[in-house]
Amino acid sequence: MSGPSTSGEGAAAWIAAVEDVSLTYGRVRALDSVSLEVPSGQMVGLIGPDGVGKSSLLALISGAREIQRGRVTVLGGDMADAEHRRQVGPRIAYMPQGLGKNLYPTLSVYENVDFFGRLFGHSKAEREKRIALLLEATGLAPFPDRPAAKLSGGMKQKLSLCCALIHDPDLLILDEPTTGVDPLSRRQFWELIAQLRERRPGMSIVVATAYMEEAARFDWLFAMDEGRILARGSPASIRDQSKATSLEAAFIALLPEGKRRAHKPVEIIPRAEAENEVIAIEAQGLTKRFGNFTAVDRVTFRIRRGEIFGFLGSNGCGKTTTMKILTGLMPATEGEAWLFGKRVDAQDIETRRRVGYMTQSFSLYSELSVRQNLELHARLFHVPAERIPERVRLVAERFELTDILDALPNRLPLGLRQRLSLAVALIHEPELLILDEPTSGVDPIARDAFWRSLIELSRRDGVTIFVSTHFMNEAERCDRISLMHAGKVLVSGTPAALQEASSTDTLENAFVHYLQKAVDEENREEAEATASFDTAPTPASASSTSRSFDLRRLFSYARRESLELCRDPIRATLAVLGSVLLLFIMGYGISMDVEDLTFAVLDRDQTTTSRDYVLGISGSRYFIERPPLQSYEELDARMRSGELSLAIEIPPDFGRDVARGRATEIGAWIDGAMPQRAETVRGYVQGMHAHWLNQRLAQSQAGGGGAGSLFTIETRYRYNPNLESLVSIVPAVIPVLLMLIPAMLAALSVVREKELGSIVNLYVTPVTRLEFLIGKQLPYIALAMLNFLTLWILAVTLFDVPMTGSFLTLLAATLIYVTATTALGLLISTFMRSQIAALFGTSILTILPAVQFSGLLDPVSSLEGAGAMIGAIYPTTHHLTIARGTFAKGLSFADLQASFVPLLIAVPVLIGLSVLLLRKQER
Amino acid sequence: MRSLSNILHLATKELRGLLRDPIMLILIVYAFTFSVYTAATAMPETLNKAPIAIVDEDRSPISMRIIDAFYPPFFLPPSLITHAEMDARMDAGLETFALNIPSNFQRDLLAGRNPAIQLNVDATRMTQAFTGTGYVSSIVSAEAQEFAAGYRQDAEPGVALVGRARFNPELDPAWFGSIVQVINNVTMLSIILTGAALIREREHGTIEHLLVMPVTPFQIMTSKILSMGLVVLLAASFSLAFVVQHLMEVPILGSIGLFLTGTALHLFATTAIGIFLATIARSMPQFGMLLILVLLPLQMLSGGSTPRESMPEVVQFIMLGAPTTHFVMLAQAILFRGAGLTVVWPQFMALGLIGGALFAYTLSHFRRAIGTFA
Repeated sequence: MSGPSTSGEGAAAWIAAVEDVSLTYGRVRALDSVSLEVPSGQMVGLIGPDGVGKSSLLALISGAREIQRGRVTVLGGDMADAEHRRQVGPRIAYMPQGLGKNLYPTLSVYENVDFFGRLFGHSKAEREKRIALLLEATGLAPFPDRPAAKLSGGMKQKLSLCCALIHDPDLLILDEPTTGVDPLSRRQFWELIAQLRERRPGMSIVVATAYMEEAARFDWLFAMDEGRILARGSPASIRDQSKATSLEAAFIALLPEGKRRAHKPVEIIPRAEAENEVIAIEAQGLTKRFGNFTAVDRVTFRIRRGEIFGFLGSNGCGKTTTMKILTGLMPATEGEAWLFGKRVDAQDIETRRRVGYMTQSFSLYSELSVRQNLELHARLFHVPAERIPERVRLVAERFELTDILDALPNRLPLGLRQRLSLAVALIHEPELLILDEPTSGVDPIARDAFWRSLIELSRRDGVTIFVSTHFMNEAERCDRISLMHAGKVLVSGTPAALQEASSTDTLENAFVHYLQKAVDEENREEAEATASFDTAPTPASASSTSRSFDLRRLFSYARRESLELCRDPIRATLAVLGSVLLLFIMGYGISMDVEDLTFAVLDRDQTTTSRDYVLGISGSRYFIERPPLQSYEELDARMRSGELSLAIEIPPDFGRDVARGRATEIGAWIDGAMPQRAETVRGYVQGMHAHWLNQRLAQSQAGGGGAGSLFTIETRYRYNPNLESLVSIVPAVIPVLLMLIPAMLAALSVVREKELGSIVNLYVTPVTRLEFLIGKQLPYIALAMLNFLTLWILAVTLFDVPMTGSFLTLLAATLIYVTATTALGLLISTFMRSQIAALFGTSILTILPAVQFSGLLDPVSSLEGAGAMIGAIYPTTHHLTIARGTFAKGLSFADLQASFVPLLIAVPVLIGLSVLLLRKQER
Repeated sequence: MRSLSNILHLATKELRGLLRDPIMLILIVYAFTFSVYTAATAMPETLNKAPIAIVDEDRSPISMRIIDAFYPPFFLPPSLITHAEMDARMDAGLETFALNIPSNFQRDLLAGRNPAIQLNVDATRMTQAFTGTGYVSSIVSAEAQEFAAGYRQDAEPGVALVGRARFNPELDPAWFGSIVQVINNVTMLSIILTGAALIREREHGTIEHLLVMPVTPFQIMTSKILSMGLVVLLAASFSLAFVVQHLMEVPILGSIGLFLTGTALHLFATTAIGIFLATIARSMPQFGMLLILVLLPLQMLSGGSTPRESMPEVVQFIMLGAPTTHFVMLAQAILFRGAGLTVVWPQFMALGLIGGALFAYTLSHFRRAIGTFA
């Protein structure tokens, strides 16, 4: 280990050090030569506005992101060193930004934690013990079987924390863990952390947060702005430095002059009561049920025009669903709602123009720049073209987006993206704003600015605002608020009235009071739910975590992937049933037996001989005769229209010439537009012509009497005596299908993790690339084998294709083959970032070679150029040889050894390349 | 008017998004250049370098003549083997054909005793086996007849069969193959681009955003069809002009404008398929499976890979509902036979109908499909 000055980690005063670190994304500078030391055994906070580099710094410390410049030392080693990262990986836990970003949505609560436990090599008994403790402590114990996707935001974060804590880390890195979480859950979250620290005092925690009141309770703080450290020290010392009363005020005071001046405190202007008030939103008994789950339960409210109406409640209490019903996105199961006196109707375009809506999760186009997003929405809302530049400028200024107008949203931190969403919702000056947690993840300064504009909109322009929030100081600014829980409105009224009624000193306490009451009523029987970490689990026995290849980690990925596959039965069913269907379609659809070709005759002779010649063609099953041709012009026209595949021209005096033994020529015009069909036609015509001649020759030899022939060609079709296309096609279609489907599934499985964020678990856990890839591959190999068996059974039973050779040989070859095809999918996935690209790339790179270069229709030995080269090494070619050999030719392993070799080479090559090309860190 | 401007803005958005994805652009270029070129040039003539073995037990002048008659490029030079070797070599797939000339063949032939030559064919080798047998027979027949005729003075002189292939005199498979490859890529790309783009909007929640705006599902669908159709149409035109006409020197007989009009109609139908699949699929992997399920028959049974005449009548009939079938027909007619609208109007009609029906069906289910997802 190339540790710096400190020797022996235990004695070190700091657990992580950053020296002169800079980081740029394209032209954007995220970190500007930052140096800091994270004291060990303490709770350290990173505070600062959005987009100042907090997340980047945490990602660097956790090892998730590649270091560009500078030096990061964590737990006594250099994080640029892959070996060190592998060594210390099990001692670091990282919870990325975003609700449940590192979770697997289809897996249950228990399965998610269990996966991480397996990843860190815990034994079954230990896992069970730890998981039970963690779930108990986080209050998740009552629903271990609920899928993560169905959890509320607060519960997701708790689950995320469970996953991070399962391996007893020495360094816990939390990136805005409580953003978007309701006050009650937030409180519980920090209680949990406090208990954790009591139990394991040596653990160091680094947290990035936007909540200053949270940061005030930390041991040590770093205040950041624009990629630099503004101040460092204990919360008290930071407060003292700027002589401010609160940390929030202190932080604002620390900012550079320009920014500080931009900030003004929010002034609440009381709302003037008007005489005959217009009702902007009215809901009567709104109910929404999903199956037997009631998301919204008889919700009723009226919101007057120009009012700011706050919606508060724990995560998942039905706020978002109510808002969706109001926007017409979702029909209500029962009850009705009116906007501006008009019933909510999904078809009503005019009302939609008066509404601005902002969803909870970022839902703007990440492929468009900030400016393009704003302009697009302005246009779609029919803002007059000449006013668009002005509107864009105004909202950009209002939300301080002017500097980043040309940046792409997914390069921006959460807070800035939220601001963009808001700007978009306001671009068309709506009369009604429906905002679903608009300020989650937005820093205090920007939040104040945002609320100033909301108040201005409401009071000056009379815009009605329906907003949900978790921030109590925001709720205090609303005219009226409703508290929601489990689909029901608990209580409504002005903030002051609610606080008074609950006889608490702050609105937050009032909120917690009401919520706690509701929760208690629900699970009175589970009163013990708030257990603690008192019963300490056995110390970490992470014996296997540092091994460079560990089957247990591999299997934990395999297990997780299989679970996901089982949770999405449609995918697996489509894979199996789809290939069966395709086998039918292709088996019956493709055939070389071309019949019923159309032909016509231009007979300039009109004798018995010429008719005899034509009879030889029209009498066969291959050709159908069409009305005779009269002229060349007609021949030309009818061939051009595609009516005729063949035209036979018999010259004048044909009969006489044949009789006299004079040389003569018959013309056969073949439609060459499709060369393959033309070749077939030519083959047939030549065969018939030869037969006709042979017959005549024999006749003349036998004195014109007998109908014998000169000699006979006995054609024996081997392996398929009746020349059935099925026998030849079915064994060849199976390899093609086993290429396309497994490759596609494997490729998507990796790219999906990249697109949806859970790839971060590869970056920060001790799992190696090889374990990750093979672990993900195994379930798809199993699925492909199931697929193969289904196809094989169908082939020998329904299609009646005889299996004459060794089934075991075919089975073994198939196992190697599908390992190669899934590995090809993995290899493709390493290049692709989006699922669309993976889909497209896999299609291009599998369909063409499998269908055309692997011997399905044309033998590989006959191919030309690049296609021949691809065909020679493509795995499908060799599996196809084995499949045909074992099905039709009655061959066994000894005969087919040569075809196994390329398959056996392909597997390690493809997996090896994938491992090399897959990144273990984000760049 | 409003509707038109909405469609236009949404379409611009789609194009901008695509421009930001360099890997997609690389793949599109690859599909329409390299992929078309290799696929078309790899295709052998039906009989190209067909491996043949001859068991010559006669060792007579006539058997020598027959052996000499098989030469490249149709056949690989025949390997002369013994009867015992024949089975093993055919099992190993070394030969497609094995011709067995019995002893005393020449003597029996001239004596009019109707001797038999045995032709063994590896019937698992689809194309070669089926068409090659006719070739081998006619070559052997021609040689034998000529020999017999030359030997006996009274024989009839041959009646020659002069085959002339129209529209592609050399029967170069690359001509048609390149066009089929363009067609296949047009189909694949248009389904993926529209379908996957819609799934992505669903997975990222942006479609919800669109649906609360004064934008109708009709406009959303039309904008996707227009923008992605345009991209594919441009790529296909480029491929046709640069790769097919220029690089591979395939002569195009008919009107390219008419062909591109047909392509546009085809794109209408295939992009509608893409959106339709995206409203059924719940996630991208599901869409991927559906894609293969639909794409493979569309490509394999369109009449581009094997002639339509080779399919059972039921399949032929069902495939009349697939846009690719009509597109392959009209491509053949226009590009190679130089046919005009008077000939291909039924295909144009069919494409329009298929596209229209799919579009209408998907439109009527659009909101519900998106709603259940959210």
